[in-house]
Parts: sequence; structure tokens; C-alpha cells
Amino acid sequence: MKVDLFLTCINDAMFPRTGQATVRLLERLGHTVNFNMRQTCCGQMHLNTGYRSDALHLVRKFVNDFRDAEVIVAPSGSCVAMIRELAPEAAHWEGDNELRREVQALAPRLYELSEFLVGKLRVTDVGAYYPHKVTYHPTCHAMRMLRVGDAPLKLLQQVRGMTLLELAGADECCGFGGTFSVKNPDVSAAMLADKTRHILETGAEACTAGDNSCLMHIGGGLHRLRSGARTIHLAGILASTEGEVFA
Amino acid sequence: MSGLHPAQPFPEAAREQVNQPQLRANLRKVTHTIREKRLRATQELPHWEELRQLGEATKDASLADLSNRLLTLEASVKARGGQVHWARDAAEAREIVTRIALAHQVQELIKVKSITSDEIELNKALDAHGVHAIETDLAELIVQLSNDTPSHILVPAIHRNRAEIQALFNAELPGEGHLSDDPAELAGAARRYLRHKFLTTKMAVSGGNFAIAKTGTVCVVESEGNGRMCLTLPEVLVSIMGIEKVLDRFEDISVFMELLPRSSTAERMNPYTSFWSGVTPGDGPQEFHLILLDNGRTDVLADDFGRQTLRCIRCSACLNVCPVYERAGGHAYGSVYPGPIGAILTPQLLGMHDQNANTLPGASSLCGACFDACPVRINIPQVLIYLRGEAAQHKGPTLEALAMHGMRLAMSEGWRFEGAVRLARFGQGPLVHNGKITALPGLLGGWTQSRDLNPFPPQSFREWWRQRGQGQTPEVDAAPPQAVQ
Amino acid sequence: MSQLPKSEAPRSAEIARSAEARLEVLTRINRAVAGTEVPELPAYPQSAPLSREEIVEQFEDRILDYRAAFTRVAAQDVPGAIGAALGEVRRVVVPAEFSDAWLPAGIDVVRDAPLLSHAQLDGIPAVITGCAVAISETGTIILDHQGDQGRRALSLIPDIHICVIRAGQVVQTVREGTEQVAPSVRAGRPLTWLSGGSATSDIELVRVEGVHGPRHLKVIVVDG
Repeated sequence: MKVDLFLTCINDAMFPRTGQATVRLLERLGHTVNFNMRQTCCGQMHLNTGYRSDALHLVRKFVNDFRDAEVIVAPSGSCVAMIRELAPEAAHWEGDNELRREVQALAPRLYELSEFLVGKLRVTDVGAYYPHKVTYHPTCHAMRMLRVGDAPLKLLQQVRGMTLLELAGADECCGFGGTFSVKNPDVSAAMLADKTRHILETGAEACTAGDNSCLMHIGGGLHRLRSGARTIHLAGILASTEGEVFA
Repeated sequence: MSGLHPAQPFPEAAREQVNQPQLRANLRKVTHTIREKRLRATQELPHWEELRQLGEATKDASLADLSNRLLTLEASVKARGGQVHWARDAAEAREIVTRIALAHQVQELIKVKSITSDEIELNKALDAHGVHAIETDLAELIVQLSNDTPSHILVPAIHRNRAEIQALFNAELPGEGHLSDDPAELAGAARRYLRHKFLTTKMAVSGGNFAIAKTGTVCVVESEGNGRMCLTLPEVLVSIMGIEKVLDRFEDISVFMELLPRSSTAERMNPYTSFWSGVTPGDGPQEFHLILLDNGRTDVLADDFGRQTLRCIRCSACLNVCPVYERAGGHAYGSVYPGPIGAILTPQLLGMHDQNANTLPGASSLCGACFDACPVRINIPQVLIYLRGEAAQHKGPTLEALAMHGMRLAMSEGWRFEGAVRLARFGQGPLVHNGKITALPGLLGGWTQSRDLNPFPPQSFREWWRQRGQGQTPEVDAAPPQAVQ
Repeated sequence: MSQLPKSEAPRSAEIARSAEARLEVLTRINRAVAGTEVPELPAYPQSAPLSREEIVEQFEDRILDYRAAFTRVAAQDVPGAIGAALGEVRRVVVPAEFSDAWLPAGIDVVRDAPLLSHAQLDGIPAVITGCAVAISETGTIILDHQGDQGRRALSLIPDIHICVIRAGQVVQTVREGTEQVAPSVRAGRPLTWLSGGSATSDIELVRVEGVHGPRHLKVIVVDG
């Protein structure tokens, strides 16, 4: 299958390793990966901060960039949710019903990574090897907007050498919330404190999730605590093998 | 805080609340308890999702046909011997109640818990005319005796633990002084205090959970029996109700009696629900007034996306599941409507130009737990996002707006974005210490308050991809796919 | 205390204000929702139907879950069950139309005819009533305050409420219960829905039975 990678702006600029891992994983599974160099951002940060018109410019760009794609995969639940769930509504708010139709037409071809692997490809064992103690944090938008359910866990359970530890209060938000984390830093930090405490209580070396934005927040908190625990994107674990480690 | 109006922006109010350990502990305990109970109560019904959809549609139908239903309600209540009043705003509603109280020369009246009456700041207005309103709901009584304000829709004193209530009742309730902190004993003290008031007070004020247009029926859902007392024993009853509470036929109540108790107290059914239509000869108050309150609701109605907020049946499930509410507490929202529903209802009722209220849509990490819990499927996260857009339009050109616009321009083409990232990579130099950024300037300072940040890496993905295409990055691992099926 | 307005002038001013407010609110509503269609309601979801026996058993389970008392007896044993429910209590009030056949011997029965005052009701420890319909799924008893149920104050002020329900009056779902009492509501009757005794969760969300309403609810279901 020819897969178009929508990497997302934050992964492109700050977490290129996640992009490389996603490419490696999909290629290992026998697919051809295409990265359209025109792509940038889904517009989520703009929309969620209240800048609707800026956001819709970026949505329109997304639609134009990926119009001809057969299948689009993104290693981010939150950016996929933005395009599939929020962008059509936002287009409607601004009275742009043509954009709404176009996003809706594109949406069924856009997948979050774990959703694509488990739901579309029907693969749970991707041949990964990751000999570490790991706990999994389900991110809110993958869980409640995309309803990926236990797809990430199914993938993680098949990773050889890995000990998967259960996270208490897993379904509670980590407190990131995009610009929420800078506009309401006190509440965000209080939420983060509970999340990092639960992570450290598992004794895991690393916390994984399907969204680097949440992981950046959690990882920033873990680092500030000098805890030694780190974060790794789900794609990094799934791409890792005996020969090559992505984190 | 008074009524609907927050006295300060949410982030500042939340900062004060979030750092109170006792409050945090109280809230954490109760919200976590009720979350599990609610899940049990809703999962017991296999058709819960269908009930939510029916509840949603029933409310939407009422909102779409609101003026007809209100006119029918008015006619039905009048036909049953009740009187109907219309109030455009809080001041008019207060005036109507005060006038009725003065006409009956009462110096005291009893109240059933009513957030609508708190919204219009009724008690203060009555006091100014020498009429003392006695709150009879246990939690409202706690709030009233401690000169506090409600912090939760269902349990206004949720921020108080049993020890605090024990101290309050021992100090404030006549004849008490030796109560233990056993909730049953504390509830018993409230019973002793209020019993005589119920039996002798001439006038009562209530809210209304629902009203039925065709039969002129008003409904109050409660637990303690203080509602039944207030609705049955006095001679005069005044009920204040938002215009959005009206349903068409009596049968419409059924779905809400399934949705509301399970969502709010996590019970299959609440202990007591009262229905009455105007005046029943020989049974209950022989004078009944229904006040239909607008107070901003028609503005909410006029926004075809924000309108769904008016479906709310005040169950408080969204508060109980909200991670922000759990940390910040109800007072941080500065309004009688706290939590996720308050974050969308308060600013819409007041108008997005209110510079304190318009920070409320920002009081969410958009985790979506509130939408999943809402029994009438108000898409609170989407309305929050929508209202952030409305608020931004009322803020004019800010530094934030400029930054956002600049970022959008940088993201308008792949190559522009690549250049911007490269620029940022050079610019971040002075901020990076030992491979991390630990203090950010300006708007972003909130981030490094409690988190470190990884700097931009030396190579972006697209730079790597381009090199790879040109064969400059060797393929590390050409192993065939393993264990794929 | 302020003086109440005595003259007719403020009253007519109030009538004018109210009419103006009414017109303005209705106009604003009509402007707000102009063009909005009233949605069709989806079908009411159905519970899997239970047998008669299962319904009564479910009702018992729910009543006990509310920590109210439950007894199930044959018709001829109702007086005995009421006697047992009363325990030491010897004085009860009943609605004017409550059946003599159900009352045990040797207790002081006060009928609410002529209507008793609130103070008189407060002096009587127990009340016995029937009901209009009961709902098994939620353990709810609905009174429409006619006949053997009496007016609302009657089943509110005494501390013990004994409710006698014929097994055939118990339906399964909230929807069925609602439909059964709809004619009463259309006739202007008030309703009281009871699900267990008075309770509060206002202190740390801990449920406490017994606040202002009757602190003891005792349910007797009569077969046949």
C-alpha cells in the first residue's frame, strides 16, 4: 500500500525520530511511504486557541496537500482528531461549507498510527523488540475523539522483551491541552503532578503514548523532577528491533 | 463571586484555589468516588447511549419550538389556578419575588435549592427588603451558615469536609454544640433545625427542573425531602425557572428521569420528585406563581452552535469527571455555574465581551471527559473551542493573535516552515542549558514553570527525508518484515 | 421592613411591565430560532421485558438497595404485615378512603377527614397509603394523591411511611410508569415519586438515609 505520512508540524520540527520510526515501521511492514514536502500543520493549535480563520487556512492547505492520497497515516491522535472531528465543524462555523465537504471526504482516509495498524492492516505483532519496562498513557483525543480503544495496547502487548506496566488513573488527562498548559499553568501543573506520580509509581523506565505533544509535557515534568524516567512515542517502540533502537 | 459574574479571570482565580491542599483533597476524594458510581449506574442500562440521544433530541425539539411551548405552559398553569410572570433579567425576577413576599407580609421564607435563584442573587435582594430566605437543602444551608458561595451544582458545599461542617453546625445551629462528624448525625441536626420552619412558614421559593407545557406541570427533583416540605406545606409558592426548562408532553419526562439521577447522584432514581400543576384544591399551596426567566438565555439560543448549552439538565456529571474542576474547585469559575458546563454557560449568558467570563472557555485541557458524561450530549469541548474563537474576536489585536498569525504564515508553505524551524534552532541557543530549556520568556513562561523542554534537534524530519531521498542517509536496516499477518 | 404597595397604581405598572417583558422574551426567542426545524424524536429504547415474577423480584431488590423495608404477603395477611411494620407504634393516620380490611386491630387509626392540620400530622408517628403505580427497574413508587393515597402532606410529615402496593401495580420501566400516571397529570393531579426514604449525599457525597421526609419507608407488596 502507498501510505502518505502526515507527520505533523511538532514531530517534524521537534521529534524527527518519531517520523523516522514511523517510516521504518511502515516500510518494514511492506508499505511504500510518501512524505509530501508541502505539508505543515493541521491548524489545531490555532483553532483551540481561538484563531479560527488562521486554523482554516491550514486545514485548507492540508486538504490541498493530501487530496490525492490513498491513505494518510499520522503518528498523532490529536492532529487526526483535529482534521476528522473538529475541522468540519470549524469550517461550518465560518460558513465555509465547501471546505467542510472536502475535509469530510478526506477524513475516512486519514488514520492515527495504531488505528491504521490494528484497524486497517489487522496487524498487532509488528516484529518489535524493546527490552524495557514501559507504561502506557492513553491520550485524550485518541481515546475520546478517535475511539482507538485498546489498539495501542494490543500492539504493545506483542512487543518482545518489553514489560508493560499498568498505569493508575490512565484515562485522566495529563494536563497538556495545547495552549492551556501556558495559559493555565497552575491547573495544568497540578494535573501533570498526578500523572507523573502515577507513572513513577509503576516503576517504569519510560512512559509511552501516541502523541508527542502530551509526551513533551509529561517528559518535561519527569525531567524537572530529575526522575530518570523518560518518554517515548509509540512509533519508536514499534519500530525498534534487536538491530535498531529508536529511543 | 456574586451570581453569574466572575470577579477575576479564571487563571488567576484558579491559582488561588489550586494551592489549597485541604480543598484539593476534599475534591479529589468526592469526584473520584462519584465517577466510579456513575459509571456503574449508567452501564447498568444497556441502552444508555440511546437514552442520551433521545434526551438530546427531546431538548432540541423544545428549544426549536420554545415560544409555542412557553405560551402553552403559561395557558395551562393559568387554567390550573397559577399565575405566570415573565422576567427579562435578574433584576425583574428579583422584583417579582420581592413584591409577592411583601404583599403577603412575610419576614421569612423557605427555599428549595435553586441555582436559578442563586443566579439572580435573590437572597440578598430579599434581605434588603427585610425578608430572610432560609435555605433548606443541607448543602445550601452549610453554604448559607458559613457565608460562603456554592462550588458545585448538585452539592454546593462539596468543598467542605465533614470536620468543617461539624465545626460549623456546632457553632451556628441553635441548641447544638456536641455533634460528632458523622454525616448522619449532622443531617439529623439540620432536620431538627428546619422542622419547625417547614411546618410554620407561609411562603416558599423553588426552582424547577422541568416544566410540562401541555399540562402546566412543574417538577422538582431532590433527595432530602426539604423540597417536598417547601412545595407542599406553605400557603404561597413561587417557582423561578429558566425558559429553557419546558418540555411538551408529560411523557417527555420519562427519559430525563432515567438520565438525570444516574448522571448526578449515580442512583437509579433520586429519593423524591414532586410534580404539580398550578393549584390543587385542598392539597398544597393555594397560591402559585411561576416566573419564567430569560437573563441571557435568548442570547444563547440565538447562536445556533452555542444553543446546545441550553439542553443542560444541571446534573453536574461534567463537573465530577473534569480534571480541571477537580484541581481548581468550583469557586475558581466565579459563577453559580462552575465546571465545564459553567465554562460554556456563564460566558454565553453574560456575553463574550465580559473580560473575566471570556477566560472561562480556556479553563479546559479539552480532554473530552465532559462530553462522554453528559446525559444530553452537549458537546462541551467543541463549544469551548467555538467560544474561544468568539472570545478572540472580542479581544482585538493582541500579542498572542500576532504570534498565531505569524505562525500561520510560516506554515503556509513547507519551505517557509522549514526556514522558520531553522531560524528557531539558531535562536534558541541562549536558552539551552545542558541539553534542556528550563526557562522560557514571555507568553511561554507558563510552560517552564513546572516542565523542562527539549530544544529543537539539529535536523528536522524533512531535512532528513530530503537527504534520504538523495541517498545521503544510509538505510540502517533492510531486514524483511517480521511476523506480519 | 418596607411597606407593601397598597395602591392600584404600582399594580397596574407591574401588569404593564410583565406584558412588555413577555412580548420581548417571546420576540427574542422567535428571532433566535427562526428557521430551526423541530427534530423528530428517535424511538424510546426498550429494556428486555421481564416476567411478572421477575418484575416483583427486581422491585424488591431495588427497594432493599435503598435500605427501605420490604415485605411480600398474600391479601389476607396485609393487616399482619402492617402490624409488624408498625412495631411499637400504635397510632397511624390513613387517607379518608383507605380500606378498613387492611388495617390491623388494636391500633389507633386517625383518618384525614376532616383534613388534619400540619401540627396534628406532626404528632402522628406513622402513615399508611396505597400508590398509583410502582416501577421495578428503579424501585420507584408513584403517588398521584387520590383515593387511598391521600393529599401530599399526609405522606410527608409522619416519620414512618408504610406503602401498600398490589403486585399488579408494579411495572418494569420508568416509561411504563410515566405512561400510567399521565392521565392523572392531565387531570391536574400532583405526583410524588418515592425511591427509598429521604436521603442526602451533601456531606462528602456519602449517602445518609433520613433527613426531612419520612425517615422510614416500609413497602408491603400484596399478591393476588
